[in-house]
Amino acid sequence: MMKKLGFRFRKNPELYIGAAITGIMALIMVAGVLFSPYDPDAMDASSRFADPSFAHILGCDNFGRDLFARLSLGGATTLFIAVCTVLIGVTFGTIIGALTGYYGGAVDEILMRFNDAVLAFPSILLALVFISVFGSGTWKVIISLGIVFVPSFARIVRSEFMRCKNLDYVRSARLMGAKDIRIMFVHILPNTVPVVLSSAVIGFNNAVLAEAGMSFLGIGVQPPASSLGRMLSDAQAFLFSEPSYAIITGASIAIIVLGFSLLGDGLKKNA
Amino acid sequence: MMIMKRLMALVCAAMIPAVVLTACSGDKTDSSSSIVVGIPQDLEDSLDPHEAVAAGTKEILFNIYEGLLKPDENGELVPAVAESYSVSEDGMTYSFNLRDDVKFHDGKNVTAEDVKYSIEKSAGKLGGNSLIGAFDNINEVSVRNNDTVDITLNEPDIDFPAYIANLNASIIPKDNAKPAENPIGTGPYKYVSRSPQENIILKKFDGYWGTPANIENITLKIIPNADSIVMNLNGGAVDMFARLTSAQTQQLNSNFNILEGEMNLVQAVYLNHSVKPFDNVDVCRALSYAVDVDNILELTSDKKGFPVGSSMFPAFKKYYVDLSDSYPTDKEKAKELLAKAGYQDGFTFSITVPSNYQPHVEAAQVVSQQLKDIGVNAEIKLVEWNTWLSDVYAGRQYEATLIGVDASSLTATAMLDRFVSGADNNFTNYSNAEYDALYEKLYSTPTDAGRTEIYKELQKNLAVNAANIYIQDMAEFVALSDKYEGYVFYPLYVQDFAKIKLKTQ
Repeated sequence: MMKKLGFRFRKNPELYIGAAITGIMALIMVAGVLFSPYDPDAMDASSRFADPSFAHILGCDNFGRDLFARLSLGGATTLFIAVCTVLIGVTFGTIIGALTGYYGGAVDEILMRFNDAVLAFPSILLALVFISVFGSGTWKVIISLGIVFVPSFARIVRSEFMRCKNLDYVRSARLMGAKDIRIMFVHILPNTVPVVLSSAVIGFNNAVLAEAGMSFLGIGVQPPASSLGRMLSDAQAFLFSEPSYAIITGASIAIIVLGFSLLGDGLKKNA
Repeated sequence: MMIMKRLMALVCAAMIPAVVLTACSGDKTDSSSSIVVGIPQDLEDSLDPHEAVAAGTKEILFNIYEGLLKPDENGELVPAVAESYSVSEDGMTYSFNLRDDVKFHDGKNVTAEDVKYSIEKSAGKLGGNSLIGAFDNINEVSVRNNDTVDITLNEPDIDFPAYIANLNASIIPKDNAKPAENPIGTGPYKYVSRSPQENIILKKFDGYWGTPANIENITLKIIPNADSIVMNLNGGAVDMFARLTSAQTQQLNSNFNILEGEMNLVQAVYLNHSVKPFDNVDVCRALSYAVDVDNILELTSDKKGFPVGSSMFPAFKKYYVDLSDSYPTDKEKAKELLAKAGYQDGFTFSITVPSNYQPHVEAAQVVSQQLKDIGVNAEIKLVEWNTWLSDVYAGRQYEATLIGVDASSLTATAMLDRFVSGADNNFTNYSNAEYDALYEKLYSTPTDAGRTEIYKELQKNLAVNAANIYIQDMAEFVALSDKYEGYVFYPLYVQDFAKIKLKTQ
């Protein structure tokens, strides 16, 4: 049993290391949100920039708020935004990709050219435009990033559908008189899961970075709510006098992104 | 943490030789003393004093131009191009006696015709609009003789001298066809050159009528990126920078003296009184009791800052009454007042804050947190500066906003006229009959002492009715290289370079 696991690990170390990092970070955040004795918004003048100690594991920020409690909540906010963003991207991307890939023709042309137009803009720029139209705030960030993420998933799903639609099992299904909807979603879709899953994990990564970037620029999550990007932006003002604030926040983003990145690579290898 | 601090010390130690080197190459003899002053933006609007609008431009032009009168560091109006002035009994005509020895930077004497031209141009009588609204009241500017200019008004205006001292009413030569490209004034420094987005160079004017400047050459270096200010100062590229934050000053090395003054504004949560529940005075009072100003100062500015309790800042010494203790923090009392007003379960409102002003954003976070204790949920809404100007200030579409309000002219009315019912600039929609009556009384009070008393009553009215949740006049930090001394703070948005001198002098 152990031997088998060891063999698997050597064959695909990214998958296991990535899963471990992601799992541990998620666990820490859940623990922080549920069990931290500190209110992440509670300010305390006496512990401004407190050094890490038993009372405050990671120290405190410029308002004397417990950094660990805020990082947990901020990380959870960031992850929540990333999950919602990817869900929007995958759902609509799959629908568009399935329709265009399966039917081809005029539907394909119209939807995919529209898709290309969206892809032509740098994604963060496009999200900025949406934010300036909708206004900022957690849900608006999710919608903006979600829209931006749709085209790439649509392309991936479309190419999978195009590959699958002429395979024997699809032809057989068609001969048996199965409806298009059934063929698309019952027969072809399960076969695209490995590819979509690995790109969803990578997309997840991009969503974390995009949220952090937008909040860093001040147009994402609004204070006093916390997110990793928002915290990094706040920490920037104290970069030289209190470098630990920025380093701890930046390192958290880096570790989360590294975990998802490895996990995505591993899943791709497995697919 | 410890390791991190050591690492930082090591990096700093490695930088010291570089600092010393620049300092050596920068040393010059006294006869050609110079200083490099960092400024956050280029003087893009105009170098013509009658067209400059940005506060950052005007504070530099203060060194090049002068009006008939000018403000001094104590907030008094002192004679400049005019030696003295007198007012006719009906308060309609102001006569200014000009100094004999005032020269323009091109060497010519200032004549009464130049003064007439300048005031008329500034008042928009030669085309264009005036930047000083009160100048619409000017009926006629006439030259009585070579030394005297009379300005006749349509209606008496007790604050007219304060507007005459505004930079936008500076005296410039009549024969200068292009005042924006070839700035000529009467101030202690003359304009030499400008490289857009890079620097502006000023030189001491030897023919200045008053106390001459000390430093010979001034280079104004434009540093638009706030993050590189500290590096420019620590690296020795810049000798002085005004209006730093407390966090920035903490990152400076020991070659700088940090001078602390006041920003001369009133930072407060301004409430829109035409929005429920801020039409209820008990709610306003409850919020004022709930907000702990000392705690805000502790959390955002290392306790630097001056708590205020009404719409007047301490630098206006003559008019200022200390009302900062009107609402000592008392959360129980706040809850009682809320209950009395029918909001025992609290309520939700939004505080709109311009996102480019970090100190206001930070203060808003603390206020929001403090209000949670009395069950009031204050949501923070960050907006761009232009959105703030159009939606909040001009459109009055907001519930509450955290901002600093300053005075554009050296008069108490500049702070207080915005709370008169129906005033153009009354962005808080404050409407109080007693306040209006008091303000009306100003017009029929001829003596300075009597008016000062009314100004104090007006401040008390704002405090008693908790017109806004008053916080502080924010601390301002100026970093000045220890090679120099003599920086003075003004009660207005002004940088006076003429008083800065080398320490060894």
